[in-house]
Formats: sequence, C-alpha cells, structure tokens
Amino acid sequence: MDNLTSYLVISGILFSLGIFGVMTRRNGVAILMGIELILNSASLNFVAFNRFGGMHRLDGHVFSIFIIVLAAAEAAVALAIIINLFKNLETVNVDQADSMKG
Amino acid sequence: MSNLLSLSDYLPEMILLGVILIAIVMDLVPATKRFTKGFILVGLILVAAFLYQGDTSASSLFMGMSAHDPFGTFFKWLFIIATFFVVLIAKYDDGMDQSIAAEFNILLLIVMFGLFLMATATNLVMVYLAIETVSISSYILAGMLRNDIKSNEASLKYVIFGAFASGLMLYGFSWLYGLSGSTDLTIIRDVLMTQEGPVFVVYISILMVLVGIGYKLSMVPFHYWTPDVYEGAPTPLTAYLSVAPKAAGLALMIRFFTMTFTDGAGETVANVDWTVLIAVLSAITMTVGNLLALRQENVKRLFAFSSIAHAGYMLMVIPVISTDSSAAIMFYLVPYLFMNLGAFFVAIAVSNHTGSYDLAGWKGLGKRTPLLAALMVIFLVSLTGLPPTAGFIGKVYLFSVLIKHQQFYWLAVVAVINSVIALFYYFRIVREMYFTDSDDTEPLRPHPILTWSIISCVIPVLVLGLYWSPVIDWVTASLKMF
Repeated sequence: MDNLTSYLVISGILFSLGIFGVMTRRNGVAILMGIELILNSASLNFVAFNRFGGMHRLDGHVFSIFIIVLAAAEAAVALAIIINLFKNLETVNVDQADSMKG
Repeated sequence: MSNLLSLSDYLPEMILLGVILIAIVMDLVPATKRFTKGFILVGLILVAAFLYQGDTSASSLFMGMSAHDPFGTFFKWLFIIATFFVVLIAKYDDGMDQSIAAEFNILLLIVMFGLFLMATATNLVMVYLAIETVSISSYILAGMLRNDIKSNEASLKYVIFGAFASGLMLYGFSWLYGLSGSTDLTIIRDVLMTQEGPVFVVYISILMVLVGIGYKLSMVPFHYWTPDVYEGAPTPLTAYLSVAPKAAGLALMIRFFTMTFTDGAGETVANVDWTVLIAVLSAITMTVGNLLALRQENVKRLFAFSSIAHAGYMLMVIPVISTDSSAAIMFYLVPYLFMNLGAFFVAIAVSNHTGSYDLAGWKGLGKRTPLLAALMVIFLVSLTGLPPTAGFIGKVYLFSVLIKHQQFYWLAVVAVINSVIALFYYFRIVREMYFTDSDDTEPLRPHPILTWSIISCVIPVLVLGLYWSPVIDWVTASLKMF
C-alpha cells in the first residue's frame, strides 16, 4: 500500500460504486450517499496525486479540504430538500416525485 | 498578484459582499425591513459603478486563483443586468411567497457573486468553489416555495443532478491535477501541450469537465433537469436561470475549451480531438431542444426547451478554435439576455391574470392587451432569429464563424433546419394570442413596473437589430483574457 496505483484503484472502485449507487437507488438519501462516494473518490485522488506525484506544493491536500467542506454544505441543502419532500409526499422515494412530465 | 494587492481590483465583488451582508441584517430589523429591496437595487447600481470604474488591463489575482480581465468584466455586466431585472420584478409575480421575498433577493445576490467568480476563475479550486456557490444557492432558490409540491420536486431534481454532475467534474479535475501536477489552468495547458500523456486519460478528464459545464448549460445529454426545474421553480428564478448561469457556463466553457484545452493556435491539446464531440453534442442539443419544445403545453416548459436549443446554437461555434467563436457567443448572449428575460416577464404578467402557465391562457391576448402581445411577438421573432431583431444579428455572427473558418458546414445546415422548427412553436404562441378567441375578454393589468421592465427589455432587442456596432466593439475589446 505504498504506491500511487493502489490508491488510484481504490478511488476508481469508490467512484464506480458511487455511480452505481446513484443509478440504481431510488431512495433520495441513498442517492446522496452515492454522490458522497464520488466526491470522496475525487478527494482520495487529489491526496494520492499530491503525495506520490512528486509535487512540492500542497494544492491537492488543500483541494480535498475544500471538497469536504462543500460536500457537507451540499449534503445539508440536499437533506433539507428531501425532508421537505417527505413532508409533502410522505416518502423519500424520488420516483414518486413525478408531478411534472413531458 | 499577491492577495492584498489583488483587493484593489476586487472592489465590485467586495461591494457586492457588503451589500449581501447589510441586506441580511436589514431584513432582520423590523424598522428597515421594507427598505431591503430598494437597498439591494441601489447596491447593484453601486457594484455596476465600481465595475465601470475598474481598469481594463488583464491581470491575475490572488496568486493565480482568479483573473481580472475584460473578458470576465463583460460577463459581469450581463449578470448585473439580469440580477437587477429579476430583483426588480420578483415582487410582482403572484406565484411568489411575499414573506420570503427578501431571502429570495439575497440568495439571488449570492448566486450572482458565484457567477462573478465563475466568469473569472483560472484555477480548478476556484472553478469548483464558484460552481458550488452558484449551485447550492440555486437549489435553495428553486425549492423556495416550500408548500408547493412542484417547487419541491424541482429542487430535488436540481440537487440530485447537480451534485452528481459536479461530482463527475471533480473526478475529472483530480485526473487533470494528476496529469499536470497543478491546479492552475495555464500550467495544465502547458503541461498537456508538452507532455506525451496517456491520451485516454486526458480524453476522460476532458469528458468529465464537459459533464460539469454541460450541466450548467443544460446541454444534451445533461439536460434532464432543465424542463422540470424551470417549470417548478418560482418564475423570476426561472427567468434568471435561463440567462445568467448559462452565460457563466459559457464563460467557463470558453476558458476551458478555447483556452486550456488548445495551444492557442487552433490545435487541441495532447492529440485529443474534442472538437467533433462538441460539434455532435451541439447538433443533438439544438435538435432535441427544438423537437421536444413542439409538444409543450406549458409556457415555462416550452421556454425551457427553447433555452436548451439556444445553448445548442451557442455551442455550435466552440469547435472552431478561434477568438471569433468567443466573440460570436458573447455577442449572442447580449440579445439572448434581453429577449429571454422579456419573454419570461410577459409570461409572469399573463399568469398573474390566469393563475397558470398553460398556453391556453394566452388565447385572445392580442385583443385583450395589445401592448403586451405586441411586445411578446417582438421577443418571439428575436428568439426565432428573424430580422429586424437582435436575435437575427446574433445568429448571423454565429453562422459566419462556421463559414469563415470553413469548418463544420453540416453543423450550420443542422442549425438552419432547427431555426425553421423553432418557428413552429414560437409562432404557436403568436397564433394563440392573435388567432384564437377566448371567453375571457377582460384586459390584463400588469403592474407598471412589470410593463416598463418588459419595455426596457424590448428596446435593446430592437435597437441592436438595426445598430449593433457598439456591442461588437465592446465584445472585441473584451476578448482579452488572462
């Protein structure tokens, strides 16, 4: 576990799992979890590239901190919206939010 | 430039932040609550004044994070105009919840701040931060009408698609960083130019960046959120979304695709030919937008698909790697801003009367309210791209780029066919207004401010159709990027 490739493989797996989660889950909260996995895979990539890529500056580490902060903000807003959906529809299933079509 | 020195070029943004903070406090204090909107409008004029005062040289701010250049300033003007109109109008839409009007305006200013950052970002960190600032505030704005199930649904779809798209874009960013060792756009370009990197990885990263930006532009196949969000969101916000974030997305697109992923002389980086990809996507975007618009019965949905089609027209010139294409897009955005805002404002005036956005409510408008109907016809003619309106001149410039550089002739043919299709659904509205009679013969009485805003949107659409050289000069002077 001390080379770039293994980190990239792990982040690739996380990324694929995230995409799979977003595509297959119908529960709003589960979709959010999939999105978090995607963001984390990007974070992991940044940190791994910074650590093993021979870069002198800390751009990657700083970027991953920004990702964590913004992911939290995004999750807060998204959860608020899903709670509101639950209040209106009594479900968090995104398929049932289908009043608009065409 | 170092951080402290940069602040002198950052006055408009700082004033804007000050206005936001003061407006939040003003809304909390009962004595000043009712002046909030007026204060925001004055603040926007102040921001515009400082933007006008700013120098026109191009420099890099905050250690390469952001740029101060005429290109960004051009887009900032568009954002200020759009925000000003929407803040002015928001109160006169009966669909809005007036108890949260101040929050709406303040969030709109935060979106505008994000758009300012988006148009000037020159670093991946800044690009991501700017896009998220815009997106997160837009999610809240779209879901602002909390008891309206459609508004709620709109924000849900917006947040899921938006977060997914920005996640994909971020993964692409991480690979760009890994390939180049820097988050600075100019360094990324230099490294991609010189290094023989793995072509496949570069291609995937470019594709993922395209997902993030394409989502903001509602480019097919990342357009699924557009009709639902446009329909469900409060209409003043819909008008704003169809103009301002789209302009910012195009600014980002130009910075990424005509600056970073090319060598500056018409060649793409690292032998990755993304031009054909964007050409095909732009053809699909305009075709899908126009075809789906044909069968819409809801005016907001109709304009959602129309805005997808317009994104397609503007993307058409991106594959021609030249400053001409940036100039054509920037010129087109000016009439697009006014005609789209104007059309949505007329829709607000009509729905205030009928209570819905169904096309059926427009019946007999030509007899009931001749002025509004006539103004709407001008907007529709301009959106179709017929003379003597500014929309026509804008389209001529877009087409002339393809002809001048003798590339992608087929794309020009597709665009012409699409303009003809667009005629059908735009003129369906005209037909409803003039050639069908309604049982309801009561004239519409929109608020004077709404009427005057629509009239002030129509003036540039007509004037620029006949005398557009000042705008062309302005665009040409604004091409300088850092």
